[in-house]
Amino acid sequence: MPAPVITAQKLTKKYGDFTAVDGIDFEVAPGESFGLLGPNGAGKSTTMRMVGAVSTRTSGDLQILGLDPNDHGPDIRSQLGVVPQQDNLDQELRVRDNLLVYGRYFGLPRSVIAERADALLEFAQLADRTKAKVDDLSGGMKRRLTIARALINEPRILLLDEPTTGLDPQARHILWDRLFRLKEQGTTLVLTTHYMDEAEQLCDRLVVVDKGRIMAEGSPAALIREYSSKEVLEVRFGSDKNAEAAEKLKGIGERLEVLPDRILVYSANGEAELERITHLGLEPITSLVRRSSLEDVFLRLTGRSLIE
Amino acid sequence: MTAAPSTSTSASRPLGRQRSALYAGNTGAVIRRGLLATRSTNYLVVLSGFFEPVFYLLSLGIGFGALVGSVQTSTGQEVPYAAFIAPALLAVSAMNGAVYDSTWNVFFKLNYSKLYQGMLTTSLGPLDVALGEIFLALLRGAMYAVGFMVVMQLFGLNLAWTALLALPAVLLIAFGFASLGMAITSYMKTFQQIEWVTFIMLPMFLFSATFYPITVYPEPIQWLIQALPLWHGVELVRGLTTGALSGMMLVHVGYYLVMIAIGIVFTTNRLRALFLK
Ligand SMILES: Nc1ncnc2c1ncn2[C@@H]1O[C@H](COP(=O)(O)OP(=O)(O)OP(=O)(O)O)[C@@H](O)[C@H]1O
Ligand SMILES: [Mg+2]
Repeated sequence: MPAPVITAQKLTKKYGDFTAVDGIDFEVAPGESFGLLGPNGAGKSTTMRMVGAVSTRTSGDLQILGLDPNDHGPDIRSQLGVVPQQDNLDQELRVRDNLLVYGRYFGLPRSVIAERADALLEFAQLADRTKAKVDDLSGGMKRRLTIARALINEPRILLLDEPTTGLDPQARHILWDRLFRLKEQGTTLVLTTHYMDEAEQLCDRLVVVDKGRIMAEGSPAALIREYSSKEVLEVRFGSDKNAEAAEKLKGIGERLEVLPDRILVYSANGEAELERITHLGLEPITSLVRRSSLEDVFLRLTGRSLIE
Repeated sequence: MTAAPSTSTSASRPLGRQRSALYAGNTGAVIRRGLLATRSTNYLVVLSGFFEPVFYLLSLGIGFGALVGSVQTSTGQEVPYAAFIAPALLAVSAMNGAVYDSTWNVFFKLNYSKLYQGMLTTSLGPLDVALGEIFLALLRGAMYAVGFMVVMQLFGLNLAWTALLALPAVLLIAFGFASLGMAITSYMKTFQQIEWVTFIMLPMFLFSATFYPITVYPEPIQWLIQALPLWHGVELVRGLTTGALSGMMLVHVGYYLVMIAIGIVFTTNRLRALFLK
């Protein structure tokens, strides 16, 4: 196996008394697409900033491309592409100038930057907006420009902090497509998200984080296999009758999860469970059988939903 | 047959192999960005900053000066009133340009546009950013001052050839204020605090031997004024435009060199604390 490009051991970040990242261990192999999945405040961005060599760890070990960010911040940063959670494009510069200027920050020669900028604008589907003001771009375009900007130094690792949050489904799919192409070209991707569909689409492997700790690790399919059943039956009895119904459902399925508005029945065969429920004389207002997702994994691990 | 490839590698590899954590030797990129961004600035605001001291010169120097006649400088020279206040206003215009840029503009970039945060996710170091931004503020001060010198020349207020040396002097003054201004701004959290800076600058502008000799004050007040940066700038420039060189000038220059150094050190450390901690 090739040497990992990122190695974190007991990585910890404290803000005063508060522990934002609580001794996490993970490795990322070259060319891999690695995800951090977790709810708000889990410590995803904090981890990303430490990996991006712009935040100093409190304790633990961290190696990026074989270098310690404490000693080699600029060397590491020169080989990373960073897409922060909040866009920080240069509002005073136009679209193409954003790429040119950013390339200069890396000390790259002008001719190299110009060539890459044009290719990247094409890649980000912004070739017709080169002279536009950043403020006039849509949210999805800004995000694509931020990604294009992060690629100007041909980074070995691309860090994406919630790349598609706040975008509509179409814009998200365009972005996923672009990220997928990068992955095919061999760029190592590290991304955070609290969308399980995004994690399933983009990540070869991921860690589920909550309150600064890693709850589980594996490929999306393996995590679902390990922590959830094949299928999930969702039944609703109306918010006032849910709890009452849940009492009667005991023993049905492999496991029950009672949420305020619905009950989740985990089972290899959802339809069969639904039949058993109707046999008990219970009549759900609505019912739905679906495949397990990472959301269910998260619920199982933390007892909470991913998106509140 | 040539062995060309051996020299071409340096083009693709940026800078030196071992970068220091503070400085990538790439201040030029920050400056170039600033110059490109000036395209979107509001020139009316920029120009108003230039005209302020010019208006003081016209109203007080020409108008009021007709009543005052001549005034004695700190080196004992009798000069027309306009020629007395003009060098002070020259120092002020250098200060104004540098301070506007290093307070309001820097504050915005620091807290709202997240510019420095973005810069520091690249291989730039905080010293690159500090030097580049200070240089840009200095540049604005220098532009104001050079414009003001032209006005002085037109009105015949440069009394000696040594007035030429006022050019490097105003660069030094602008550098000092840009550097200290950015350092102070980097510690500010609200726009209100920037207002205070502007508020403190007003009395400094009025009382630093700008419009009359410092000897009108009782001694303790004189000491206070002599501790502030503008007085050193005023005295330095006045000596040069009136042609009265003195050993004190070295003290004034030294004052600004220290001010520049302090500003750079604090700005760099602060940027690092804000964005690389
Ligand atoms: N600079 C800081 N000072 C103090 N606390 C901080 C700081 N940055 C983050 N935190 C805290 O650390 C915790 C983790 O924050 P972080 O931004 O890493 O979460 P996240 O997983 O990225 O969440 P989100 O999904 O909302 O982006 C939060 O409780 C946050 O309040
Ligand atoms: Mg975050």
